[in-house]
Amino acid sequence: MTAQTDHSDAALRRRRRNLLLTACTTLGALLLAAVFLMPLGYGAVTALKDKDGVSDPNGSLLPVSALTFEYEGETLDVYAVPMPGGGERELALVEPGRESSTFVDPDAPGEGTIAWEGRWRTLEPVTGLAPQWGNFAEAWETIDFLRLMGWTLMYALTTMLFTVVSSAVVAYGFARFRFPGRGILFGLLMATILLPPAVTLVPKYAVFLQMGWIGTYLPLIVPQLFANAFNVFLLRQYFMTIPKELEEAARIDGAGPIRTFVRVIIPQAFPALTAVSLFHFFYAWNDFFEPLLYLAGNRDIVPIGVGLSYFSGVYNTEPHLILAAAILALALPVAIFLVAQRVFVRGIVVTGVDK
Amino acid sequence: MSDFTQAVLAARRRGGRSGRPASPMQRREARWGYAFISPWIIGFVLFWAVPIAASLVFSTLDFQLTDPDATAFAGGSNWERALSDPDTWSSLAATFRFTVLFLPLSLIVALGLALLLNSKYLKFTGLFRLLFFMPSMIPLVAGILIWQQVLNPQTGWVNELIGLTGADATGSDGIRWLDNPVLVLFAFSFIGLWGIGNSMIVNLAGLQGIPTELYEAAQIDGAGWWRRLRAITLPLLSPILFYNLVIGSVLVLQYFVVPWVLFGASGRPDGASRFLLVHFYQEAFVFGNMGYGAALAWLIFIVVAVLTGLLFGTARYWVHYGTERS
Repeated sequence: MTAQTDHSDAALRRRRRNLLLTACTTLGALLLAAVFLMPLGYGAVTALKDKDGVSDPNGSLLPVSALTFEYEGETLDVYAVPMPGGGERELALVEPGRESSTFVDPDAPGEGTIAWEGRWRTLEPVTGLAPQWGNFAEAWETIDFLRLMGWTLMYALTTMLFTVVSSAVVAYGFARFRFPGRGILFGLLMATILLPPAVTLVPKYAVFLQMGWIGTYLPLIVPQLFANAFNVFLLRQYFMTIPKELEEAARIDGAGPIRTFVRVIIPQAFPALTAVSLFHFFYAWNDFFEPLLYLAGNRDIVPIGVGLSYFSGVYNTEPHLILAAAILALALPVAIFLVAQRVFVRGIVVTGVDK
Repeated sequence: MSDFTQAVLAARRRGGRSGRPASPMQRREARWGYAFISPWIIGFVLFWAVPIAASLVFSTLDFQLTDPDATAFAGGSNWERALSDPDTWSSLAATFRFTVLFLPLSLIVALGLALLLNSKYLKFTGLFRLLFFMPSMIPLVAGILIWQQVLNPQTGWVNELIGLTGADATGSDGIRWLDNPVLVLFAFSFIGLWGIGNSMIVNLAGLQGIPTELYEAAQIDGAGWWRRLRAITLPLLSPILFYNLVIGSVLVLQYFVVPWVLFGASGRPDGASRFLLVHFYQEAFVFGNMGYGAALAWLIFIVVAVLTGLLFGTARYWVHYGTERS
């Protein structure tokens, strides 16, 4: 009997301990996430402030501004006025005077003005939540967001098509055919992940300059026709999991390797191809160094990352506009990620773990 | 695990098959194999092999972008200049200082977050994974601009947050994250930690691959949390940690976008943002010293190669490949 109560006692204690640990861990994670994502909150809030609200060190956390009231064709400031009978009223200042002023109640302007004894300069202005949605419109106009978007999408989608097709072809070669030197070549392919691109830039730049490609997207797009190590690796790993029987059946039906690849492998590898496409899309949206280098000075066609950096250099006294522009720039990628996160996360696992 | 490392190692080992004469069918298969990988071979030759070799040639030339016709052979003078240029050494030092701070920090945070996400005590795992991963999806330049403002000494929330603990961080004497050569490395690190999502996910997948029986057995033996981490988790995760370490160090040695967007080539504060790649970019493409730039590029290549070589050399002492794969 006692042994059983001991047992259930211990079980209860363990349950309570687990509950406590769960609560602490989850709460801790929540706190950590809040700190980690805090800059995003700051960015969102600040992008909605007006210029004075941003630069005021004692300003409110939220986008607020001083309340005003339209009265008889004039814009009046609203103050918190302590009333002689006690209490405080929010009144609009009509006629400031040194020792006494007249106010009007914004809620009841029809009741006429109210005379108040005291120094109006000692009064606190009343503020209210006033998000400046116009900042986004202004940022949109100023950075010419549609043009940046257009070039970025053109760049991202074209190179996505090129790199996915070429990488799939190369990955199939590494996944399914035996040939002398395959191990070494694959090792070489993987080594390009570690090679610093800087060591290739000077001659490439010189050649592209000779060809008249500098200032155009050609140096950014053409190399994507020749596969990329990360994508090849991810696709190869996936192709190797596709049962060989499918291909053999196609071969018996008389299909050659190209036909087998197009008709059998590509439809089977749809999830992996989606992951690679997404990865590339994000890569291209993020790409900064190469567009900066190869589009050299051609400000009319830069993609969004470079465009943003130019903008922040010129508008560094307008942080609210910079933040509004930054939020415009991150909206689409973050939205795509939220929709497609499953495919995305699986793809990362393949490149990092499935090796 | 880690074909990535194994493939690189295999390339050194060169696994030669015995010289049996190939049958016509094998030869046909090989031909198709080469045909399929030919786009990469062409790309590798055009965009890697030839440019790397050409860089070496360029590094012996006096080649100014502004006056290409005056190009002349310069012998080892670019190399001499690269090695005697105080900017080279200070940029190398700046890069290493940041690497020493950020690389361990990012590895530990990525592992810590993965352990947290893998904890059986955590609820809403999917949501938290999303939250911790999301900043990695924010375009880097947008992230940099947001951080630049949030680190503002007077109005940024970072100082406000530190101020909450009672420290004197805000106001006109606020902590000037971007004006101090040491603090700026922390600013770079904060921005870098926003991009930690990939290594976190890779760690998490690795953790999920560790058989739970091992932990159960250890628990029966009375091993505490720390002991289980040291004796089971870290050894079994070591191939993934190695992968993250190699990729991370290669990337951090080529850190460019963050210092460039924040400070351009100015090196502010006090040279701390003038990393190797910034130095190279400015010499080669801002000043147009292509010959000197090529020498610097090769120097970067050597630094990265030596460091990754060292890392691969240490791998055998601490990376356990287990028995899952021969």
